[in-house]
Amino acid sequence: MAEPLVKKDDDRDDEVDYSPFMGIEKGAVLQEARVFNDPQLDARKCSQVITKLLYLLNQGETFTKIEATEVFFAVTKLFQSKDTGLRRMVYLMIKELSPSADEVIIVTSSLMKDMNSKTDMYRANAIRVLCRITDGTLLTQIERYLKQAIVDKNPVVASAALVSGIHLFQTNPEIVKRWSNEVQEAVQSRAALVQFHALALNHQIRQNDRLAVSKLVTSLTRGSVRSPLAQCLLIRYTSQVIRESGVNTQTGERPFFDFLEACLRHKAEMVIFEAARAITELSGVTSRELTPAITVLQLFLSSSKPVLRFAAVRTLNKVAMTHPLAVTNCNIDMESLISDQNRSIATLAITTLLKTGNESSVDRLMKQITNFMSDIADEFKIVVVEAIRSLCLKFPLKYRSLMNFLSNILREEGGFDYKKAIVDSIVILIRDIPEAKEGGLFHLCEFIEDCEFTYLSTQILHFLGNEGPKTSDPSKYIRYIYNRVILENATVRASAVSTLAKFGALVDSLKPRIFVLLRRCLYDSDDEVRDRATLYLNMLGGDGLVGETDKDVKEFLFGSLDVPLVNLETSLRNYEASEEPFDISTVPKEVKLQPHTEKKAPGKKPSGLGAPTSGPTSAVDAYEKVLLSIPEFSGFGELFKSSAPVELTEAETEYAVNVVKHIYDGHVVFQYNCTNTIPEQLLENVTVFVDASEAEEFSEVASKPLKTLPYDSPGQSFVAFEKPEGVPAVGKFSNLLKFIVKEVDSTTGEADEEGVEDEYQLEDLEVVAAEYMLKVGVSNFKHAWDNMGADCERVDEYGLGVRESLAEAVSAVINILGMQACEGTDVVPSNARSHTCLLSGVFIGNVKVLARISFGIDGPKQVAMKLAVRSEDQVVSDTIHEIVASG
Amino acid sequence: MEACPSIKNILLLDSDGKRVAVKYYTDDWPTLAAKLAYEKSVSTKTLKTNARSEAEITMFDSYIVVYKFVQDLHFFVTAGVDENELIIATVLQGFVDAVELLLRNEVDKRTALENLDLILLCLDEIVDGGIILETDASVIAGKVATHSLEGVGSLSEQTISQALATAREHLARSLLR
Repeated sequence: MAEPLVKKDDDRDDEVDYSPFMGIEKGAVLQEARVFNDPQLDARKCSQVITKLLYLLNQGETFTKIEATEVFFAVTKLFQSKDTGLRRMVYLMIKELSPSADEVIIVTSSLMKDMNSKTDMYRANAIRVLCRITDGTLLTQIERYLKQAIVDKNPVVASAALVSGIHLFQTNPEIVKRWSNEVQEAVQSRAALVQFHALALNHQIRQNDRLAVSKLVTSLTRGSVRSPLAQCLLIRYTSQVIRESGVNTQTGERPFFDFLEACLRHKAEMVIFEAARAITELSGVTSRELTPAITVLQLFLSSSKPVLRFAAVRTLNKVAMTHPLAVTNCNIDMESLISDQNRSIATLAITTLLKTGNESSVDRLMKQITNFMSDIADEFKIVVVEAIRSLCLKFPLKYRSLMNFLSNILREEGGFDYKKAIVDSIVILIRDIPEAKEGGLFHLCEFIEDCEFTYLSTQILHFLGNEGPKTSDPSKYIRYIYNRVILENATVRASAVSTLAKFGALVDSLKPRIFVLLRRCLYDSDDEVRDRATLYLNMLGGDGLVGETDKDVKEFLFGSLDVPLVNLETSLRNYEASEEPFDISTVPKEVKLQPHTEKKAPGKKPSGLGAPTSGPTSAVDAYEKVLLSIPEFSGFGELFKSSAPVELTEAETEYAVNVVKHIYDGHVVFQYNCTNTIPEQLLENVTVFVDASEAEEFSEVASKPLKTLPYDSPGQSFVAFEKPEGVPAVGKFSNLLKFIVKEVDSTTGEADEEGVEDEYQLEDLEVVAAEYMLKVGVSNFKHAWDNMGADCERVDEYGLGVRESLAEAVSAVINILGMQACEGTDVVPSNARSHTCLLSGVFIGNVKVLARISFGIDGPKQVAMKLAVRSEDQVVSDTIHEIVASG
Repeated sequence: MEACPSIKNILLLDSDGKRVAVKYYTDDWPTLAAKLAYEKSVSTKTLKTNARSEAEITMFDSYIVVYKFVQDLHFFVTAGVDENELIIATVLQGFVDAVELLLRNEVDKRTALENLDLILLCLDEIVDGGIILETDASVIAGKVATHSLEGVGSLSEQTISQALATAREHLARSLLR
């Protein structure tokens, strides 16, 4: 078979493109396949033809249904041959052809014969082929043989049966579950891979039986598992058991942690790494638990194998997100990886260092990165830019050097995504660090002077229009903006005109100059630019006529469009030119798209320019629009805060419901996002019945049911409560989902006329004090603290009792208050005995609040704290203390 | 995390990124075009790296790819982003070493294509539907080779033709001298 398939010349020369399959053609090979029908089979010739067929398939060639059927029938003839090599190729061919059910019957008997053959190789392969192509009915026929094969003394046969079992479990779990005795036996096999496959199948059979998994882990962690792969599996199952059982509250010990730790000393690197990774991923892992894992990962960092270095640095990178201090020991090793040949490793090292670095190391790090940036690909650069952005938010005092870095790389070559990441970062920094605003805007202005991306130019101009007029000297931006009008394409020009208008509207002293510039735009070659200029001149009163009132102008320029764009687009499409002008108020305001779906695209968080404000607040904007569109809630005033969605159902239940809590000054609105996961049902009139008996200060004022809830198309139902104004009322609410359920015909997709009323118990939800606090950071806490003054300060001391650790106590207090930790003070050094945490936030009623909390811990883990609160209102300062006292 | 380690694909490409033999185990790349695009990007992204003495690794499009180059053959194993990198590396090593054994250290594109049947059988013995079947190169090669040896004994024949080729080469060199 290894004989070259195309006859080649004796004096074959080393031309580069030589291939035994040169000039091969599907039609010709299919002709050749006729040899399969010869009464006297030539095994070698047949093997060659099969290889050619497989080559064609492998190159992406496809066979028509008829061709495939013909080849399949011809191949089945080859079972007559006793040649083992040919039989192997036949097996392979059948698997590649994936025959239909009626074709499978043809080979079933041949394969079943092979399954009982004396040759191990036949048995193993026939099992794999048959299980690949079989369906449920046939499976019951061969089940007996498969059970035997699982405990076959030949490991290859046993593995084949077990692996097939793993695949079959997806389609026929009931049948495979019946094999559990045999699988149990195979777990004890002496053959390494058999044990691995048996363990995997055994776990699959019992995955929903927590007790059984726990027992399995208990017995195996004591015994000896031979194969490293099986050991890795065992580590995964152990983590699962640990996850489900939690920490022993009395001793603080975790069950099976000893086992994981012991695996760190295993001889196979694969196992060591699996264990180290498992430890770092334990929920609420303590620094004591982390230490041994970090130590082995640190050793891997200096390995000669790139794969090991990569694995280690990637894991440490993840650890650094939650436990930056635990990783600092590796910083020296990490710094040497910046020059690693493998750029993935270098990038991971850089971003880890950016996470673990402290304020003093920032400058040195930036210097190293500058050298490094020039020789990595754009996608890595984006990762670095994002890391720098979060570093800057962590150490706002360092904004100058980080902003400089960003503006430097902005000037260098780069693709759109990279440039967008940089611009987004600068925009976010401008928003969050007031001191960085002027410098940042200036960098952006410089950038659009020579920007090849229309999208970025227009976005920056838009941003500039909103932020520029509020700076100390707005006039210096005009030059940059007007340059766009002279030099750029029509889209950018139009956008620049709008920006000019915004300056004109907000800065009276600039108005006359803006009018001059706008009038010049009236002669632009593009009609959109001309139209905009005319419109704005008219509005601002630049053409001598009386302009619109000041308020209207600002509303028009800066207000958000209160109808969803999709709806507007549909309405405009449906509008037919007539005497009657288009009326925007007729556009429906109901939002089809719901904010919750954004969560389904991981890693694509709206940020920077794409969304009006960074991170969570952008969701709030979207919510606000939804809420404003509902007349019942329109009188509630301005939305103060929307919580993150809280799940009210377990995963994978019939109806998935989560709730978003919207806080107003005198009201609370619960937005229930419901998803119907049953294709055969249509739900109508979906309401949530809320029992507020454990929330005395709340009374229900409105409820908006969801008219219909079809399968897999989420919808929202709302319930609104009134509460005393400005008071951080708390309470617990129990929820019951009520609806009318209608059967849906799965073939026609039509729902029955008649429905049945039904209800579904949801989990309780709570409104806690933290809901009334917005996380708003300040860049320089001391400055803000001193500015606030001690007029409304209140200081008190509290004992927190026995806590697991200082870090745990700190994060608990931060969570209760719902405030933003400033200057990275939410991170507690691992062996610290005391810690000071700086918090800031805005309390309901738009009252700025700052808190300085000093924690101390003594021997028996008694934690005490001193809480000093400053705010603009004494009542609020007192309220914060009440929250802590009652929490 | 995926409970059982799983492999998404194994690729054997030439130095231009063209297919020698590939095997996909998931529907992450549903069409031929998607598969070819993936192979192209894997190939270009790794081309400049030196993956000859040690296996190299990279991450993109939320996949982990471990790869190694031998002569003009580029071996790749892809897995999900949560997979243990060292397990993927073990699979790759098993594949590379088994191919080396099967091709009697003549690991280049031409020999691989001439022995495509062995390569395809080798792939079949390493991973079954994404699940690792065997990682020990000698066991893999043993399973593949027994069949062909029992058959026409092509490996021994191959060795003879190789021996002849080498002899011819030597003769040619001595004549040229």
